[in-house]
Amino acid sequence: MNRDEAFGLYKQMLLIRRFEERCAQLYVEGRIGGFLHLYIGQEAVGVGAMSVMRPDDYLIAYYRDHGYALARGTDPRLLLAELCGKFTGISRGKGGSMHFYDVARGNFGGDGIVGGHLPLAAGIGYGIRLRNTDQVCLCFFGDGAVNEGAFHEALNVSALWDLPVVYIIENNRYGMGTSIDRASSVKDLYQRASAYGIPRREINGMDLLAVRNAVTEAIERARTEKRPTLLEADTYRYRGHSMSDPGKYRTKEEVEEMMKSDPILLWGKRLLEQERFTQADLDAVDKEVLARMDETVAFVEASPDPPVESMYEDVYVRSPYINMKAAEKDPAWRAAIREDRVPPALPPPAPAAAPAAAPAAPNPAEATVQATAKVGS
Amino acid sequence: MRDALNQAMREEMARDPSVFILGEEVGAYQGAYKVTQGLLAQFGEWRVRDTPIAEEAIAGVAVGAAFIGLRPIAEMMTFNFSLLALDMIINHAAKYRYMSGGQVRCPMVMRGPSGAAAQVAAQHSQAFESIYAYVPGLVVAMPSTPKDAKGMLKSAIRDDNPVIFMENEVLYNLKGEVPEEEYHIPLGLAEVKRPGRDVTIVAWSRPCVTALAAATKLAEEGIDVEVVDPRTLRPLDEDLIFESVRKTGRCVVVEEGWRIAGFGAEISDRVQRECFDALDAPVIRVTSEDVPMPYAKTLEKAYLPQPEKIIDAVHRVMYR
Repeated sequence: MNRDEAFGLYKQMLLIRRFEERCAQLYVEGRIGGFLHLYIGQEAVGVGAMSVMRPDDYLIAYYRDHGYALARGTDPRLLLAELCGKFTGISRGKGGSMHFYDVARGNFGGDGIVGGHLPLAAGIGYGIRLRNTDQVCLCFFGDGAVNEGAFHEALNVSALWDLPVVYIIENNRYGMGTSIDRASSVKDLYQRASAYGIPRREINGMDLLAVRNAVTEAIERARTEKRPTLLEADTYRYRGHSMSDPGKYRTKEEVEEMMKSDPILLWGKRLLEQERFTQADLDAVDKEVLARMDETVAFVEASPDPPVESMYEDVYVRSPYINMKAAEKDPAWRAAIREDRVPPALPPPAPAAAPAAAPAAPNPAEATVQATAKVGS
Repeated sequence: MRDALNQAMREEMARDPSVFILGEEVGAYQGAYKVTQGLLAQFGEWRVRDTPIAEEAIAGVAVGAAFIGLRPIAEMMTFNFSLLALDMIINHAAKYRYMSGGQVRCPMVMRGPSGAAAQVAAQHSQAFESIYAYVPGLVVAMPSTPKDAKGMLKSAIRDDNPVIFMENEVLYNLKGEVPEEEYHIPLGLAEVKRPGRDVTIVAWSRPCVTALAAATKLAEEGIDVEVVDPRTLRPLDEDLIFESVRKTGRCVVVEEGWRIAGFGAEISDRVQRECFDALDAPVIRVTSEDVPMPYAKTLEKAYLPQPEKIIDAVHRVMYR
């Protein structure tokens, strides 16, 4: 990884962090509704994994899904608009927080049913094998999902049929309010893969580099050997399961202890110590990201609510194999179109913020080691 | 019927390399009901995939593969076992296009036998079309003849929506004409299976065959029954039903499902609202009895909609 790339990953993690901090604020203000599951604390997993995927690879994830879409390059304006139920949202205001799809980027979204997307990941893997390409599918889920039957069915067929799928458990220690100690008979969740003869590995999910290395290896195995892998990334969420969760099942001390190994803090330190960046560089990128969030909020504020008629759209695909004359008595069929929708590429926001590229190589003598931006949450 | 379904899959698989089949015993065993006979030898294991007994994986793999452009046919050994896959169908297949604002499509078919067989008792004799027809985002097709089965399955495979294609085990041996030439029958197109003047019977799948048998008997006593087969429940071709009821003024709806919240209630509701002025009698429904299916032959017979029950219902709408 070169220095620009290392800096770029820092920026991605920071973007996710700042995006979600803004989401929490908007939720409290009542502008975001429903469930809001924040990824804060877990950013290194999604960003690290996404950074070693190819553009033509696929991913499918669970409902704590903001980080994947942002790391995969989806415009934050489309995502925040979705969260605020706007017509400009990535899913036109029909998905919300748990359902960030961006099919053009191979992102089959966040699934709201715990474990429900694991068989789908196997299906994407099956499709890849049938088409005989060297793509892979990454599948993210929480520690709660390993107790669902779907986990076991998906792992079994993935091993049985040699499917190119990388399954990544983000073990943040709690399935909602129930700790893994109270939910799983086996504490090392990655060991469950041994039941299916699947290669497995536990990684420090707070360490971006460790995630990258493990996912690189797993992707390689999927791409060349067509074999699945189960990774367990040990991580932590600072916030509750969702916004309505005060987190009374764990101590304040535990949370504070975990925040000491904050992935952004750790990666920032690395940039300062090993990549010759300065604190000023990190502060500048934080400022840039915050400015981007302001633009994002401004975009959402200027966005319209979905027209009521749009409720009937996107249920069905218009089809020559359906008797449309009869079907069209139903508004959902009347509103059906033949094509798939592609979210628009938005023009860059008007007043350009700070330059996005990594700053020119500073004089190593200027490099200082100090605490990075105040990224804890 | 079995051959018609087999032909439909064989032809579509030959026509389009993105079509594949997966399910329990579909390959080496040649199909639990021999519907997929010979397909493994012709298309190979990646296109005719034997699966473990894992219905959620069967349906889920189909949904995932459909998302990236393949056209899977997921066979359920019977629809009784599809309950284990309901989350894949209702929460996933039927929802992703909507939740993604139209970015995703799920061109898959889930097919297999539904309804009662012979003396297989409560867990293996259920008619679940009402559950699937309840869900927006799905298409639900239920053919009653070999010709319909082939033509409709071809449409189901080519269609870009998730199609629940419910066959009937008892009808697998049903004989009937199938056109030699290439054809397909659009989904959502009803058909008059027997024209008549006096009473409309609406029935699909096996009850449609039962209704035709009842109609033959009723003809002997001078009652001319029209049998309308909706063939597809969602979308429902209601106009043909209304047209028939406006002509006859009387309507009996027959289904193999249970009475409460059965799909026949939906048809009955629409008919009484849209054909109110034409009706000379209330719509009467014939369903299975409102209990789990018993094992004993005598009880099984009493449980199902038999020709006698249909004849009785026709007499009632005619005030005879």
